[in-house]
Amino acid sequence: MNISRREILLLVPAAAIAWDFVLAGNPEAAPNYTMSEHWWGMLLDITKCIGCGSCVRACATENDVPEGYFRTWVERYHVSDWHIEAPQVDSPEGGKDGFPPSSMTGGKNFFVPKLCNHCTDSPCTQVCPVGATFHTPDGVVLVDQNYCLGCRYCVQACPYGCRYFHPTKQVADKCTLCYHRITKGLTTACCEVCPTGARQLADLKNPNDPIHAYLKTHNVQVLKPHLATGAKMFYSCLDGSVR
Amino acid sequence: MGKFKDSSYLLRLAALFAVGLIAFIAIRAAVIPKSFGQYGPYRGKALTEITARPLSYAGHEVCEGCHPDVYELKSKGAHAHVNCESCHGPQANHADDPGTVKPQLPDVAKLCVGCHSENIAKPASFPQVNAQEHSSRQPCNTCHKPHSPRFYGGDKK
Repeated sequence: MNISRREILLLVPAAAIAWDFVLAGNPEAAPNYTMSEHWWGMLLDITKCIGCGSCVRACATENDVPEGYFRTWVERYHVSDWHIEAPQVDSPEGGKDGFPPSSMTGGKNFFVPKLCNHCTDSPCTQVCPVGATFHTPDGVVLVDQNYCLGCRYCVQACPYGCRYFHPTKQVADKCTLCYHRITKGLTTACCEVCPTGARQLADLKNPNDPIHAYLKTHNVQVLKPHLATGAKMFYSCLDGSVR
Repeated sequence: MGKFKDSSYLLRLAALFAVGLIAFIAIRAAVIPKSFGQYGPYRGKALTEITARPLSYAGHEVCEGCHPDVYELKSKGAHAHVNCESCHGPQANHADDPGTVKPQLPDVAKLCVGCHSENIAKPASFPQVNAQEHSSRQPCNTCHKPHSPRFYGGDKK
């Protein structure tokens, strides 16, 4: 076969453009779900959390979270009567199997469930050098595991410690707010199993969502508000000692 | 011609530059995924891949569709706000194929104390027991129906 230089120069770009379409497939969101109509967050009521660890177990099952890593976990706080700036916190196995009886007496004791805050202005997405972690139009921070290089910048950047490096996939991993569930009209696995309703998924763009009435009438706070991350995990009755 | 007597060198350089430019455009088109930039500076198709993940938890609405009697009983009791899969575990497989995939009954000895064992950090209003003292090691469902857990004194119905 004889191909002239001129023909090669014409064929190579044409092949490149064709390959582009082969790779791309047909991107489409889930049916009956319009991303621009949602803005997801969560309400976490400290006064209802009993530290049973159901959320941690359900999350691990639903999302194949590797052993010893957590997309959500529960912390037990003990704040002594006089030293309120130095709480004692424990979270054995992320609270997965509940908490043993506390040796603490007196003071203030409570559980704090934690997960990715799905920040509006998240530090973790800003540091990604390849665009592998991003905000969806409906307000969820996700990781594209086929695009992630595994540089771990985002793991360090998260001020809430919500990301981990997946030990076998060798990419950054985190809470997806059960994106595969909420786009199908279901709630997240952790909210589904929470026996006391301490966690409630909230759609801030839905005017009928009970979150709006709740936010108007309750004391609600986000974690580390001074970092201006635009966190969307709203904690009800959060103690000032929680970091 | 006298002015640029070495113009062939310049032409060769220009041709090299043109080839480089075409190669750059071709490689760039090949390595950037088609859906990059669809919603923002990331691969839009990643959303499709993430939403394609299979479910483990079916959701309580699915359970209530086939088990309205249990839902009825539960909705009148103290466990009204506890969803089915909170105790029965992930049941999406059972919901997809109820005939062949049968759920295991939860072990009450571990299940109940998971929530109701005493702990100083639990809200004071939450019913808590010291399992050893409370029931002298009898299973909880000797006296309590899990779906409607008020004390009923041992009638197993």
